[in-house]
Amino acid sequence: MTLSISLSVNGESLNVPLEDTRTTLLDLLREHIGLTGTKKGCDRGQCGACTVLLDGKRINACLTLAASVDGTDVTTIEGLAQGDTLHPVQAAFIEHDGFQCGYCTTGQIMSAVGLLSEGDAGADPERIREGMSGNICRCAAYPGITAAVLDAERRQSESEGTSV
Amino acid sequence: MNRFDYIRPGSVAEAVAAASEPGAAYLAGGTNLLDLMKIGVAAPDKVIDITRLPGLDRIDWLEDASVRIGAMVRNAELARNTAFSAAFPAISEALLSGASPQLRNAATVGGNLMQETRCAYFQDPLSRCNRRAPGSGCDALEGHNRSHAVLGWTPSCIATHPSDFCVPLAALGAIVEIEGPDGSREIDLAALHELPGSESAGGIALKHGEMITALRLPAEATSFAGHSRYLKLRERTSFAFALVSAAAMLSMEQGTITEARIALGAVAARPWHATDAETFLKGKKAEAEVFAEAAGIALKEASPSGDNAFKITLATRVLTRALTLAAKGTPDRVPALPASVFMSSEGATANA
Ligand SMILES: Cc1cc2nc3c(=O)[nH]c(=O)nc-3n(C[C@H](O)[C@H](O)[C@H](O)COP(=O)(O)OP(=O)(O)OC[C@H]3O[C@@H](n4cnc5c(N)ncnc54)[C@H](O)[C@@H]3O)c2cc1C
Ligand code: SF4
Ligand code: FES
Ligand code: FES
Repeated sequence: MTLSISLSVNGESLNVPLEDTRTTLLDLLREHIGLTGTKKGCDRGQCGACTVLLDGKRINACLTLAASVDGTDVTTIEGLAQGDTLHPVQAAFIEHDGFQCGYCTTGQIMSAVGLLSEGDAGADPERIREGMSGNICRCAAYPGITAAVLDAERRQSESEGTSV
Repeated sequence: MNRFDYIRPGSVAEAVAAASEPGAAYLAGGTNLLDLMKIGVAAPDKVIDITRLPGLDRIDWLEDASVRIGAMVRNAELARNTAFSAAFPAISEALLSGASPQLRNAATVGGNLMQETRCAYFQDPLSRCNRRAPGSGCDALEGHNRSHAVLGWTPSCIATHPSDFCVPLAALGAIVEIEGPDGSREIDLAALHELPGSESAGGIALKHGEMITALRLPAEATSFAGHSRYLKLRERTSFAFALVSAAAMLSMEQGTITEARIALGAVAARPWHATDAETFLKGKKAEAEVFAEAAGIALKEASPSGDNAFKITLATRVLTRALTLAAKGTPDRVPALPASVFMSSEGATANA
């Protein structure tokens, strides 16, 4: 069965023929569109390496059928920076050493962006850790990750002029 | 994964017609179906994507003060709905203790109810499993079964239902609305998951092609909002299925329990509604010994199905603690670690 889907990836509208309905959003991004920043860890929803934003919400691209994202808006790690200016979450990960090998990092960053827009965690480290629990880090860079997300949250609420 | 046709119907009627064909399966969030397809346990020829069906993504408060939740409402959206979590705090807490934030954004209400057991032999097509291949036997009986059932099991199947969401739902008498090839019907959530029998392995009580369209909670279920908790014991702090869990909801007047709603999770092939313990608590003082006795009643019929006698003790303790916490009152906000047994000072960290 051959389908054709249209979607927006990082603001760019794309039409993609889909020869195999088994294609996941993760494989669509990596193999068809050539955006390899989104990583494949477990391919079964258990590690978070494949996290992207689908219509603004973080999801696991490995458990999402490409056919089902027709008409949606996808943001990947490649879509965060504005030219050479890093997204505040990206900058915070670098400043706080939020990684070691880096394999989980793109998923961690996308998940953190999703978490901050959900707005439930505030500046509570425990809520941030719980909110990031869908992203496993084999190098256990967790203290740096938590510090980075806390810092990004602080910058975001300062720039919005709130004290949450 | 096998090859399949992808179909996106425009109405519930079209969806039911497509899904009634042999080999068809509904696709909602896909977090369970796609996973099972990848490991060769599910192999549908046609995948019917129901996520865009109009009208199924709403939460409606009805005139009689009951609430109707569309089957396509995402787990995260329901947990975060302010009116819903104020009325049913234990349901929100259960939802937020399940899976991960990413999975909860995708997983739907209907899919959560319909998810399959996590029994390792069910998930391995090379193992014998009565639930996956009726009549083939059950490799869990002599295998790794420390997380298996302690209530309602038979040698036909000792698997548990893994959902957190379903546990408070079962206690509160939720009703499931269904559309199928033979029309509409509704059933109690308690009847959705069949226990195994002497021959049958149990499982979902829907006929092929039937679709869950909504879930309803009766108006009286809101009367427990002040004293509601869900407690889930896991083998790691977060992002893990329950080893045992308990939903405890009380209605109290001056320290006396007027009504109780109790269910246990991960102990049986269905969320286990503990009606005898509820009856026992009615009219009793909210005290530690009373709660321990109620928990004993809830687990009275329990027996190990393998290397899992410890789960009976754990479930008794988790339920006692959930009742104790419920009696103290629902926290203002879902705790930072939802449903965790590690919350040492209830509410303090939660509100920090
Ligand atoms: C790594 C991981 C960890 C998890 N941890 C937890 C946990 O801790 N607690 C917990 O409760 N759950 C947990 N889950 C399970 C998760 O909650 C379920 O996968 C999810 O709720 C299923 O919903 P879905 O919409 O994605 O369903 P799908 O995967 O789309 O469907 C699941 C099944 O239901 C059928 N179906 C879907 N919708 C309908 C409908 N409306 N009517 C009839 N049939 C339907 C499908 O055909 C399929 O058989 C976890 C899952 C993963 C992958
Ligand atoms: S316990 Fe049930 S699901 Fe697991 S192998 Fe036995 S029959 Fe299959
Ligand atoms: S690759 Fe998707 S969660 Fe691991
Ligand atoms: S940095 Fe190596 S896995 Fe996280």
